Amino acid sequence: MPSNPVISTQIDVIYQQQSRRVLATLIRLLGSFDLAEEALQEAFAAALRQWPAEGIPDNPTAWLIKAGQRRGIDQIRKKQTARSYLQHLLPEEGEETPAPDERSIDDDQLRLIFTCCHPGLGMEAQLALTLREMCGLTTEQVANALLQKSTTIAQRIVRAKRKILEANIPYEVPEHRELSGRLQSVLQVVYLMFNEGYSASEGNTVMNISLASEAIRLAHVLAALLPEGEVFGLLALMLLHDARRHARQDVDGDLITLEEQDRNLWDRDQIDAGIQWLMDALQHSPTGTYTLQASIAAVHAQARQAEDTDWVRIVRLYDALFEQTPSPVIALNRAVAIAMRDTPEHGLKLLEQLSGHKAMQNYYLFHAARADLYRRSGQMDAARFAFERALALTQQGPEKRFLSRRLAELGCSGKNR
Amino acid sequence: MKYVALVYYQESIINGMTEQEWHALNQECLAGVEKLTDQGKYVAGQALQSIDTATTVRLRGDEVLISDGPFAETKEQLAGFYLLEAHDLNEALQLASRIPPARFGTIEVRPVRELPPKD
Repeated sequence: MPSNPVISTQIDVIYQQQSRRVLATLIRLLGSFDLAEEALQEAFAAALRQWPAEGIPDNPTAWLIKAGQRRGIDQIRKKQTARSYLQHLLPEEGEETPAPDERSIDDDQLRLIFTCCHPGLGMEAQLALTLREMCGLTTEQVANALLQKSTTIAQRIVRAKRKILEANIPYEVPEHRELSGRLQSVLQVVYLMFNEGYSASEGNTVMNISLASEAIRLAHVLAALLPEGEVFGLLALMLLHDARRHARQDVDGDLITLEEQDRNLWDRDQIDAGIQWLMDALQHSPTGTYTLQASIAAVHAQARQAEDTDWVRIVRLYDALFEQTPSPVIALNRAVAIAMRDTPEHGLKLLEQLSGHKAMQNYYLFHAARADLYRRSGQMDAARFAFERALALTQQGPEKRFLSRRLAELGCSGKNR
Repeated sequence: MKYVALVYYQESIINGMTEQEWHALNQECLAGVEKLTDQGKYVAGQALQSIDTATTVRLRGDEVLISDGPFAETKEQLAGFYLLEAHDLNEALQLASRIPPARFGTIEVRPVRELPPKD
């Protein structure tokens, strides 16, 4: 095999930038995820063999799709016992299929993500499949990122692909009237991916940067393909949250609250980018929940110090958010914002009304918020009691250390270290 | 491709309906079937008598075991089924969402499995 380091490096770059697009189109052309993945690898292997001698073709993506399709079809022919549903994919003798244009390659990317995030698949399967197919992570990488065993993830992906095939989940972008509902399901997966990366649900590090940046990268792809307000809103929200990543924990990996963060460590360029996307999102109406949450994050991002925070505006945004999604978690955040705007006592009164919710009683952040407001209002015994309650309800290392530290500051050490 | 839509609901809900509401629901189901038939989507279907009429039969060894009621106690009971002709799962789901009991019950949509050819 001729080796040419310059060309191999270029092929690596093409792999990183184009392999998911090639895959998405091959899935459509070959009608099977597994066949397409195999064909993708073979197409790149062929490129590594041929390009050093022949040079890189003018349109490498189209070349790779053609090469992959040819190999996939050879595979189908070889397995003539293959199920009949693949037969119709075989071209007539001598027929040349035209190379797909950029537009249809883009549509294939959308088809792929809408299929991976089909609500007929379980949420966990949607996430694993999206990371695997859209982001191109290996099964091991997906397992590591989600703190699961590889065998569990592999099984989940196999099962999801089988359901796609057997229940005949179509490889298509939903029609206009179904689009907004189905888009919600896609955005939910992207945001879940981001949050899994932002705060792993257990373990010792707060952030797994790669999952969060995969989610942001995916949202950029979506924003280019599907210019909907909520796509922009979610992208803005994630950029604004992620901009705080270096300020969010200290050198020991301990959590630092928004109020106490060193705002010089915030990534200003990323904040600017987030606000730009937010502006685009706000051009669309009605304003969706991701856009509202991004608006809240933007108010925080624009305050040079914690004392400058515009709590009046934040409360208004939470009001709008609660109107759209009247969930106890949003009510909790709204109560904290009202406490910051008015007095801790005012916030505590609102939290009292929430304490009837079962979900709140076992939610550590509810107790942590109560504890903090008691602390701010000088009721130290009540604060201590609530911190202990919160501590007993969280498994996450950094959260536990943070709560223990707060308890220690009240003059008492945490029991559940 | 064929899909079965299994219709489940809590019988207590329809038991609580007035005569008029029950009549209207049945008429709505009939109209729905008519529409599905016109579209060429309806293959077969049947509403079922209430769960009180169900009898379970099992064969264990040579012994036929017969018992009252359904095999599993569930919150919602099987009330009927549709056999639908749909292009893909999305179309099947869209058709199933128009089955009137979808509003208060649950429709389970499953692709049919063709048995292998006879040896």
